[in-house]
Amino acid sequence: MSVTPDKTIDCKGLSCPEPILRAKMGINELKSGQVLELIATDPGSINDMAAWSKRTGNPILESKQDGGVFHFLVKKS
Amino acid sequence: MADQKPKRIALIASKGSLDMAYPPLILATTAVAMDMEAGIFFTFYGLDIVNKHKYQNLKVAPLANPAAPMPIPNIIGVLPGMTMMATAMMNNWMGKANVASISTLLDNCRKFGVRMIACQMTMDVMGVKKEDLIEGVEVGGAATYLDYAVDANISLFV
Repeated sequence: MSVTPDKTIDCKGLSCPEPILRAKMGINELKSGQVLELIATDPGSINDMAAWSKRTGNPILESKQDGGVFHFLVKKS
Repeated sequence: MADQKPKRIALIASKGSLDMAYPPLILATTAVAMDMEAGIFFTFYGLDIVNKHKYQNLKVAPLANPAAPMPIPNIIGVLPGMTMMATAMMNNWMGKANVASISTLLDNCRKFGVRMIACQMTMDVMGVKKEDLIEGVEVGGAATYLDYAVDANISLFV
């Protein structure tokens, strides 16, 4: 199951808290129902994105790891 | 999403060394990114973080810090130049790990609407004027902080 994102944010190489800040800024630019893709290399981003998703109510549709790169698909609720 | 009051974090930043400037700024910006409210009360040495003449030159001393990644014997740590070296090392590590600079973190605080309050008493004691503060900082006292913090879910003293 792969959804085409409406917006992609590349946070490779960025450390906490940048990926989360960019996730927030990115999701703000989307309309409800649209999907944001966030790519990160920060290992903490798995837990961070889960926590962010829970707090902001934007569900993570898909979370996968490809080597040291993490891909998150988040839907704006 | 349920309509309820947003969670709030109230931070006190009382330290002015480079290593202690990061936690309040990072926590506050991350909190706002998680749809929480955040406020930082800069007091005592923490006021340097929002002092336009100081925030870009925060330092960290190797002296008496047994947890420093590069342990330097105190007897060496007292020598002139050691603080500068420790600061340069820390800035270097932060840069390599791609951690945002203090400057960038402060910009993010402003951009994300973190409430920043400078302690009036500290300003009086250290002779700091409103013009010396960076943009986006209001001035208040303990009561201002307490009023903000009493409704906070998380209150931290750094």
